[in-house]
Amino acid sequence: MAENGTVSEVKVSQEALDIAKKQATLSYRIKRNKACYFMLAPYFIMFFFFTVVPVLMSVAFSFTYYNMLEWPEFIGWKNYIKLFLEDDIFMKALKNTLILAVVTGPVSYFLCLLFAWIINEFKGWLRAFLTLIFYAPSICGNAYIVWTLILSGDRYGYLNGFLMDWGILDEAIVWMKTEQYVLPFLIVVQLWLSLGTGFLAFIAGLQTVDKSLYEAAALDGVKNRWQELWYVTLPAMKPQLMFGAVMQITQAFAIADVSIQLAGNPSVNYAGTTVVTHLLDYGTVRFEMGYASAIATVLFLLMVGSNLLIQRLLRRVGE
Amino acid sequence: MSKQKDYLKPYKKRKFFKPREKKLNRSMAGNTLLFAIMILCGIAMILPLVMVINNCLKPLDELYQFPPKIFVRNPTLENFSDLFMVMNDSWVPFSRYILNTIIITGGGMVGHVIVASLAAYPLAKHNFPGKNILFQMVVLSMMFHWTVTQTPQYMIISWLHINNSYWALILPACSFGMGLYLMKQFMEQLPDSLMESARLDGANEWQIFWKIVMPNVKPAWLTLAIFQFQQMWANTGSTFLRDEQLKPLQYSLQQISAGGMARAGAAAAVTFIIAAVPITFFLICQRNILETMTSSGMKD
Repeated sequence: MAENGTVSEVKVSQEALDIAKKQATLSYRIKRNKACYFMLAPYFIMFFFFTVVPVLMSVAFSFTYYNMLEWPEFIGWKNYIKLFLEDDIFMKALKNTLILAVVTGPVSYFLCLLFAWIINEFKGWLRAFLTLIFYAPSICGNAYIVWTLILSGDRYGYLNGFLMDWGILDEAIVWMKTEQYVLPFLIVVQLWLSLGTGFLAFIAGLQTVDKSLYEAAALDGVKNRWQELWYVTLPAMKPQLMFGAVMQITQAFAIADVSIQLAGNPSVNYAGTTVVTHLLDYGTVRFEMGYASAIATVLFLLMVGSNLLIQRLLRRVGE
Repeated sequence: MSKQKDYLKPYKKRKFFKPREKKLNRSMAGNTLLFAIMILCGIAMILPLVMVINNCLKPLDELYQFPPKIFVRNPTLENFSDLFMVMNDSWVPFSRYILNTIIITGGGMVGHVIVASLAAYPLAKHNFPGKNILFQMVVLSMMFHWTVTQTPQYMIISWLHINNSYWALILPACSFGMGLYLMKQFMEQLPDSLMESARLDGANEWQIFWKIVMPNVKPAWLTLAIFQFQQMWANTGSTFLRDEQLKPLQYSLQQISAGGMARAGAAAAVTFIIAAVPITFFLICQRNILETMTSSGMKD
């Protein structure tokens, strides 16, 4: 600090204390980090307008009756009370969503990591093509058509045809219209689709692991690739693991497209209904935005809760 | 950047695998097991890609064949000539749609990568008041479902008077939450000593960001570019754009493929083009992810 040179020696201690006090004040810390705020400004100004304000408005709408034509009418907690006490379908949707999330979330997280890790052994164009193969369902845009062919309810559907040729089935099963099969197949298709955002983040994350760490670990007695993965690779890419987990939560709790495309909305006896299909039903079909906002808020709280839980778990990687 | 690494060139020539001497801790049994898993799953994953390619080569009678077959028997390029014929007839010249797509996709992608990285750098590497709140807000915002925020967002875009312009698509795209989170996580990994030494050499924050941080997180922003390209490319813009002159390629292609039975061939070609463009971009980015010199050698 420049002031230190000018003060007399007697006052040094007092002056140092003053400086320390000054540095601790909020305005000083803001001033010192002026450059930071300039760098943050462009993003956060837009973020405020296009995300923060809309989210706050949605939360406010959840306390109103709002049909998108008339001015929203304040009704207090009524939407939430209806949601939890009167809406049987929401309860079913909540149950389905929790099952889907608990199964597909962790499994697809593990699959993303596994395949990213295997692909990391390759290089050059081969590596790029292998990544493409596993990312194909996310980028091709026709992913569900494949599954409608496979799960088609007549005897020409691939699954029915296959099982009948082998003599396992006598007659074709209408897979996605039979209550007990809907959820298991949704899980399978969702897992197949799940090598998306997290997967690519892991692919990139594995590239940033310092190569010299592996050599050092080998000298320290790491014997095989599994130990290397647990003690070196995973701890080195913890930030990406966190990112992958958050992405996985936002995807696993928001499963809807799969269900709508394969089982329809509403599905047979609501077997494939999830919180988000329910939300879409109210938001884009019935135009009850207030109620839809209440569903979104509940879903949001659900995700925040599981996020806290998972962040705590992830801190223990590599211990 | 690439010129400095020329000494690696002979190494890279036509080698699909990493040079052998670099492979520590690898056993034959482990290799076989993992690659067997990968091939089995790979076959299931590649199906949609196989279908898109086969469908666009099918003549009309094969497209309507029942039961549908995956593989084409008499491949033809008729579908593409059909598509180009429809394109030539369009009301707004097709080059205009392409220009719109370049502006919207390019603007949304480049804008987001730069703006999000710029904000991610201080969040990852500096300590200032409000840091945690800002960051948590971004992470939490990803957990709120878009269906219900769409209506308020539309209102705000109307209030700002940027409705029916490119900005209505580009500006919200610049402030997506995921990009900032991704960039911040990668920047956090960079050793502080890297920035400290640049600071001692007299670099200001902007120079550190542009010359030190960004080159070192190249895998991150290439990945982010893929996500953003895919998202912007798939955007038909029909919520905000009313003028036909402003609409992107995706919109007009989907209009063509919505033409019913007679356009089934052209529709198959459209599906191919809609998938082929982001796939090409994807491959180029993925190829380059490996080219970075990561922070090896710099240790805390």
